Amino acid sequence: MKEKIEFELNGKKVNVELDKSQTLLWVLRTYFNLTGTKYGCGEGYCGACTVLINNEAVRSCATKMGEVAGKSVVTIEGLAKGDVLHPVQKAFVEHDALQCGYCTPGMIMNAVGLLNQNPNPSREDIIWGMEDNLCRCGAHNRIIDAIQTAAGEINGGK
Amino acid sequence: MDELKDYKEYLKTHVPGVKRRDFFKWMGGGIYVFFSVGKALDLLAADGDQYGRGGVSDDFNAFVRIKEDGKITCFVGKIDMGQGAITSFPQMVADELDVAYEKVEMVLGDTDLCPWDMGTFGSMSVRILGPTLRAAAAEARAVLLELGSEKLGIPVDQLSVKDGVIFIKNNSKKKVTYQELAKGKKIERHMEQKPALKDYSELKVMGTPKFHQDALDKVTGKALYSGDIRMPGMVYARILRPPSHAASLVSVDTSEAEKVEGVQVVRDGDLVAALHEDSEMAGKARSLFKAKFSIEEEKDIRNDNMFNYLLKNAPDGNSNINEGDLSTGKGQSFVVFENEYHDGYVAHSPMEPHTALAYMEGDKMIVRAGTQTPFPAKSNIARALGMEEEKVRVQPPFLGGGFGGKSAHQQAIEAALLAKLTKKPVMVDWNRKEEFFFDEFRPAAIVKVNSGIDSNGKITFWDYHVYYAGDRGAETMYDVPHQKRTVYGRGWTAPGIHPFGTGAWRAPGNSTNVFAREVQVDIMAAKAGIDPVEFRLKNLTDKRAIDVLEAVAEMADWKPAKSPRGRGFGVAIGSDAGTYVAHIIQVEVNKQTGEVKVLKIWCAQEMGFCVNPQGSTIQMEGCINMGLGYALKEIVEFDGGKVKTSNFDTYEIPRFSWIPEIHTKILQRNEPPQGGGEPAIICMGAVISNAIYDATKARLFEMAMTPERVLKALKKD
Repeated sequence: MKEKIEFELNGKKVNVELDKSQTLLWVLRTYFNLTGTKYGCGEGYCGACTVLINNEAVRSCATKMGEVAGKSVVTIEGLAKGDVLHPVQKAFVEHDALQCGYCTPGMIMNAVGLLNQNPNPSREDIIWGMEDNLCRCGAHNRIIDAIQTAAGEINGGK
Repeated sequence: MDELKDYKEYLKTHVPGVKRRDFFKWMGGGIYVFFSVGKALDLLAADGDQYGRGGVSDDFNAFVRIKEDGKITCFVGKIDMGQGAITSFPQMVADELDVAYEKVEMVLGDTDLCPWDMGTFGSMSVRILGPTLRAAAAEARAVLLELGSEKLGIPVDQLSVKDGVIFIKNNSKKKVTYQELAKGKKIERHMEQKPALKDYSELKVMGTPKFHQDALDKVTGKALYSGDIRMPGMVYARILRPPSHAASLVSVDTSEAEKVEGVQVVRDGDLVAALHEDSEMAGKARSLFKAKFSIEEEKDIRNDNMFNYLLKNAPDGNSNINEGDLSTGKGQSFVVFENEYHDGYVAHSPMEPHTALAYMEGDKMIVRAGTQTPFPAKSNIARALGMEEEKVRVQPPFLGGGFGGKSAHQQAIEAALLAKLTKKPVMVDWNRKEEFFFDEFRPAAIVKVNSGIDSNGKITFWDYHVYYAGDRGAETMYDVPHQKRTVYGRGWTAPGIHPFGTGAWRAPGNSTNVFAREVQVDIMAAKAGIDPVEFRLKNLTDKRAIDVLEAVAEMADWKPAKSPRGRGFGVAIGSDAGTYVAHIIQVEVNKQTGEVKVLKIWCAQEMGFCVNPQGSTIQMEGCINMGLGYALKEIVEFDGGKVKTSNFDTYEIPRFSWIPEIHTKILQRNEPPQGGGEPAIICMGAVISNAIYDATKARLFEMAMTPERVLKALKKD
């Protein structure tokens, strides 16, 4: 049954008329044309679809719209402030921490979620915080380095 | 070099005479320089083969445009799937044309704009197309110099170029820019002769590290992959799938599916699809299909009997190397070794599953497909749709990984068929289960090696039999007086044998062959009581192999000792796509659980002249990380044509916690650039197996080296 669902998306109030059982990933991609959030596995195993809900990294492929109502959702498109990249985005560029780039938005959103919870993570914390985000090209070590750099920048207030 | 054999076959039936397309009609003015594929093939003719060159003489393989606004655009039929061709191509063009690297933009893989290309695989972008592209840019520079000479009234030999400005050598104030020269011009030049490329000493952009050009779009979510393209009225297709590759459709009842609001069910023979503008609704409708399939005969091959099955059904062998006399070699042996090596089926599993959007534009079918083979895709789509090839255009956007798996393009054909039937833009985006089901896996393979050493630790003979993997990487590498190589099956295909598709998986065959060779060599070294690096050096005369091995030993601060020393160090070497690699690794083995943890890895690579050291380093790291998967964990579960693996819950690809400390080194050499996308993956199985032996005395003869298999091997010792 369709009903009106209101939530905040990348800082703006939005609403859609949909069945509550529909999936956030596809609603973002199909109804809002926010295609930076990727489908990778559809079952929460790979992390390509990661977004922030109330500042926490969440798998959008395993999130129903009913759970999103009234909450704040941030996707990769909502992370930069205008032309100014978020420190994690900037660090990914500086460390060349990507190849095909398909897992990258999910990696970045998961990293931002991790830093929201733990602003000063050790290398081990980063590894285990990122463990369930999969990358087939093998950019892992650069991603870890990028997250450490971003953490330093956020903490240093640069 | 199976790709090249395939290419030759392809050229026999497909003259890539996409004929002269009318570029000028809509591409505007400027200077265009075209370069023929035949020239590139001259460079390939290492084995004296002609590669059907007669069929391609009218066409061209790369072209460069100097636009009226001064921008340089380069059109090539390759694609970028993360390997970085989009970054290394402009480096080559910038150097030969004497323009700033930032001025060069690439148009990749568009079948209407770019010259025909067989596909992006085999680490050939820089190695094979590179010289062509450089030649086209060098010729463009020569044309511009001629025009500059006319304009300035000064002979060419008194002119110089820097950053797209032509000036008189002794008077830099008298000058003219490329932009000024291109203005109002419509000049078309075809290369007849091989132009002089710059000497290595003159290169300024090539050989310097360049970061991914597309990184900004990729970190902001702006980079568009096939599934991200939107068209008005677009629908998502969810297609009925069989339970097994051996199944055929008997009947299907779609009445329940048709009750889903807004759905359109399409049926054309065995192609049955639910289409909806909301992808989830399309999926819901598909789940309501009631289909009956029949399986006439399922092959009796499963995970637990696959090697027996494959050996029993092996095609005839073909001995393509036969030197000396094996029995003489055996007679000279102090010890002989006879071992069998196994490698299971492995999936490509790129993070982006196969996806394509197809739509009609007038009478033309446009297909935005993530594919490594846009030109073959175009031909196959045209054939499937009964359309003229000219009426099909394949435009690949970014690819979310390929690794060989996106050489197959079934999804593009499906999307085009459905778009033609419905007259709507149709998105076919496979889910992960479909991606595993239709993947053309790296074939399971068997290698049997008989070899021997004399009392001085010199290899006496080498009798090598490889089943199903092909002979890429099967070179003996070491100096062996008596050797024979027999290959059963051609390349990675064996029609009628595997219960599903098999295909080219990053460095096809090579990882399997290096596993067998380098473990066998390690076994011989241990028996001889000689340090494994020293044993290899003792049996090598190939200078490039020696160089990388010595380099990696130095990087890792290798302390010679006889294996096993209980320290978990392994070594392996190999060669792929013209490049040499050597790896040293350190592992830790948990003897209770059988879990292998790779702690550190060192890798030295010599690839001729390295165009982009940054990109190549990242490829090496990527190869090492990806290689951990096939070496340690990746197993496709199946029963005949039923692929049981359907997602990453059971198919384990490398994760952050697996990744070792990685040290890489590129040995820069002023020789033609060689491949960089694949070589560093080939040693991963062998180097880990050898390190496990060094740590535990247990020999692993089968990949993946899962904890269960490690425990089993530990019990044997």
